[in-house]
Amino acid sequence: MESLVDARGLLCPEPVLMVKREMERLGGKGRIKVLVDSGASKENISRLARSRGWAVTVQGEGPEYTLLLEK
Amino acid sequence: MSDKVRIGVAGVVVGVLALLLMKFGNPPNMGFCIACFLRDIAGALGLDHATKVQYLRPEIVGLVLGAWLTALFTREFRPVGGAAPWTRFTLGFFAMIGFLAFLGCPLRMVLRLAAGDLNALVGLAGLIAGVITGIFFINRGYSLGRAQPQGRVGGYLFPGMMLILLIFIFAKPSFILQSKTGPGSMHAPVLLSLTAGLILGFLAQRVRLCMVGGFRDYFFFRETYLLTGFFAILITAFLGNIFWLHTFKLGFAGQPIAHTEALWNFLGMTLGGLASVLLGGCPLRQLVAAAEGNTDAATAVVGMIVGAAIAHNFNLAASPQGLPPNGQFAVVFGLVVTALIGWLSRPIAARRQAQA
Repeated sequence: MESLVDARGLLCPEPVLMVKREMERLGGKGRIKVLVDSGASKENISRLARSRGWAVTVQGEGPEYTLLLEK
Repeated sequence: MSDKVRIGVAGVVVGVLALLLMKFGNPPNMGFCIACFLRDIAGALGLDHATKVQYLRPEIVGLVLGAWLTALFTREFRPVGGAAPWTRFTLGFFAMIGFLAFLGCPLRMVLRLAAGDLNALVGLAGLIAGVITGIFFINRGYSLGRAQPQGRVGGYLFPGMMLILLIFIFAKPSFILQSKTGPGSMHAPVLLSLTAGLILGFLAQRVRLCMVGGFRDYFFFRETYLLTGFFAILITAFLGNIFWLHTFKLGFAGQPIAHTEALWNFLGMTLGGLASVLLGGCPLRQLVAAAEGNTDAATAVVGMIVGAAIAHNFNLAASPQGLPPNGQFAVVFGLVVTALIGWLSRPIAARRQAQA
């Protein structure tokens, strides 16, 4: 099952926090689709995900991105 | 190049630029100081009566235009707004009150520390206390809500305002004020300041540099990315002060544009740090976000400018003699208001969750 985190329109650190909570809610593995609208959020979330061993796929060229996190 | 190397290199460049600006005329330990420079702009526009802090700082204009052009080029320019602008104005206002009680934003705090000013160490402790308090509120569900996409015009207005200031810098109309003595009279050549600002804007936009975000992300996620930038600036400026400018002087007393009242250095930075975390970034980050089209961040910046003007009109800002009683009251009052904003700004969902 894929869960969705919509972090558009939010400033740091809220988007990262939302994704972190979603990872914990899923028990540390699964598929999360994340919508963001800033380069900073895209990078911060990618960094968090990779540091926790999640694979990150980025779609879109800005300013709106969809991140697919998988573990 | 890995992320951390990139922000580390950016930090080194920012450190070198700050040293260059100090060598060529900026006030001591004030290569860059976003809070002080916004305050000088408030003075130059005649918003307050302090004659020693009036100068249309080209660094700020360059910073915004540099970040704006970079965001346009990388397609990250995106006009958004509407996430509690008035609350952000108020937070910007009190952030400035706090920074002027300490005499510097987090960026100048790093430069002061790098020159051996131990009062800045007290300020750093205060900043960290403010960041931790902000994290407490965020963990409770603090949020100022979502910004919505805006028309393109809204996003261009803030960089547009900076373009007008740029014209004033070169045209020097008589209504733009300029200090003859004091920190406002000390500045590097205009073209150097402007270029340094442009480069800072480019780098800060690219690596998302933020001087409070480093500690915030470390305490939140054990993430050291932004902290790498913070320390790169600190170490570069430290080495430069020792081996190049020969301005390193360890101690509390007699430090340039600083005072030794530990309590107010601490609480001033606590207020500035807390308000910055609640805003989502330090004054530098707010300027970059505003350049990227975030009109809420632009509102926070104007809150800072108004805060600076009021601080000087009401005798709230510190001087090398210390923080006047009015300023002491303002810092405590600001801490109360900012904490109330942090405590009460919770979206309905977070409140329901807490009740359940």
